[in-house]
Amino acid sequence: MNQPVNSADIHKAIVEQQAAQDRRKMILNGVLLVFLLAAPFMMYPVFLMKILCFSLFAVAFNLLFGFTGLLSFGHAAFLATGGYTTGYLLSNYSGLTTEMGILAGTLASTVLGLGFALLSIRRQGIYFAMVTLALAQLVFFFFVQSPFTGGEDGMHGIPRGELFGLISLDDNMNMYYFVLAVFIGCYLLVQRVVSSPYGQVLKSIKQNEARAVSLGYNVDRYKVLAFVISAALAGLAGSMKSVVFQLASLNDAHWHMSGEVILMTLVGGMGTLLGPVVGATFVVNVEYQLSQGPLRDWVDPILGGIFVLTVLAFRSGIVGELQKFVKKNLG
Amino acid sequence: MTEPYVLETRNLVKEFKGFVAVNDVNLKIQKGHIHALIGPNGAGKTTVFNLLTKFLIPTRGQILYKGDDITPLKSAAIARKGIVRSFQISAVFPHMTALENIRVALQTFEGTSFSFWKSGNSLHKLNARCMELLDSVGLAEFANTTTVELAYGRKRALELATTLAMEPEILLLDEPTQGMGSEDVDRVVELVRTAAKGRTVLMVEHNLSVVSKLCDRITVLAQGAVLTEGDYATVSADPQVREVYMGSDGSGERGASESHENAEAAQ
Repeated sequence: MNQPVNSADIHKAIVEQQAAQDRRKMILNGVLLVFLLAAPFMMYPVFLMKILCFSLFAVAFNLLFGFTGLLSFGHAAFLATGGYTTGYLLSNYSGLTTEMGILAGTLASTVLGLGFALLSIRRQGIYFAMVTLALAQLVFFFFVQSPFTGGEDGMHGIPRGELFGLISLDDNMNMYYFVLAVFIGCYLLVQRVVSSPYGQVLKSIKQNEARAVSLGYNVDRYKVLAFVISAALAGLAGSMKSVVFQLASLNDAHWHMSGEVILMTLVGGMGTLLGPVVGATFVVNVEYQLSQGPLRDWVDPILGGIFVLTVLAFRSGIVGELQKFVKKNLG
Repeated sequence: MTEPYVLETRNLVKEFKGFVAVNDVNLKIQKGHIHALIGPNGAGKTTVFNLLTKFLIPTRGQILYKGDDITPLKSAAIARKGIVRSFQISAVFPHMTALENIRVALQTFEGTSFSFWKSGNSLHKLNARCMELLDSVGLAEFANTTTVELAYGRKRALELATTLAMEPEILLLDEPTQGMGSEDVDRVVELVRTAAKGRTVLMVEHNLSVVSKLCDRITVLAQGAVLTEGDYATVSADPQVREVYMGSDGSGERGASESHENAEAAQ
């Protein structure tokens, strides 16, 4: 209208920019992959697996929180449901291969996630958080009361078994590479979801829900789907965790855990892909290091302090702040 | 006899607790018209908009689109039927680029909006149409700009382009010139005039000079009810309209403050 602009050129520039972004992402992912492949030779594999399981949990949570704008305060329910289901099945049905047990745990939390979503999705903001918290507390009490979970004692001695009935997972290295493969698969899935046509709609809903409605989107359905995917991946994280530690405990179902995943996501950077991974790594490490030293009784207050500091001073989290820095200084 | 009205309300009522915001409103919007909804603050103009697009549920009454009763439909369904609204405060997706803003609207009809497994690159085929729409409102050069960085007038232009991307049959514009300087107002008048070709437009507008330039028909609302209806000449000559706008009934402060606002808007 004002001055002649060549639309085709601009379009080409946008596509090229997108491609360049994708290339950068690939390079970053590649570097991380090499590191993760080599890591068990330098660090204790079980500790690494703990980080990967919590990373997956946080990545799943962030899909809902960071990319859809829904703060669930009940994600512990999915972690625990995955863990208990897998633990119960693997403990009681010796014919079941490990991956089947994990799949069943994931499925159970997917179904639970659908139930949660249908009951909570019409609420907004704090009300949504409260409904998810209340539902998760119901699930917690169910696990406390049910005899099969072992109540306060937890479920012990879950057999790791054999992957596809072939590869023994009692070997920590085998177990590690299995967990890593699952983690990478899920991470790439979330990366895909976020950039997919569906991800664009999610973004729009997060940024201006009324406008998304006025463009013909039935936003509740999109939110339900995001919730279900998030619950499924959180359940998968719980399932794997129970196999890795051969243990499923009430800790995973406690609202504390729902809070911890919020902390991980915020510290790492909500709404970024890598943020929850960095956040989970950070929190798991801080917890571990502190529990080894004289400050072992101060873990919670210190994490609380980190939380406050993040919210007050580093809103975008570690990865978010880094991204800002790079954008500002390197073009 | 064919139905001359694309959009019609019958005895539309919206009651909030102890307050009737919209009282027995019968609107008839003729196909191809630019129809204005005017009235003093609190007359219920935006409430009517919210009722038409089901952002609020009517207490009583019917809404008809091409003769069909669409009263029970939800907001999203109404938008897909071709009745698309804009908002009083500029409604954009602030952290998406201008192009992505428009693309989200185009995606509504793609049938892939639930496809979470598909590559984002599958949306590139929509980019050409996005560029056309951006160009039509003079924003082509800002295609790759994050919307939050655009100036206010440009955000409103982007919003209009996004609304047009839905190929609406009826365009509902809620104060398209609100908060704009006079140059921007002229631009918007031109944009609306272009956009209205082959469409029906219903707009809430405070700026009477805009209304006089654009609109074929005007409905005046006061205190939730239709006061009068007609073309600009008829309406502006109506003593009742002068009364609610200028407060010539001597109703004191309220009338005075409104006439002040109105004088401002009419400049």
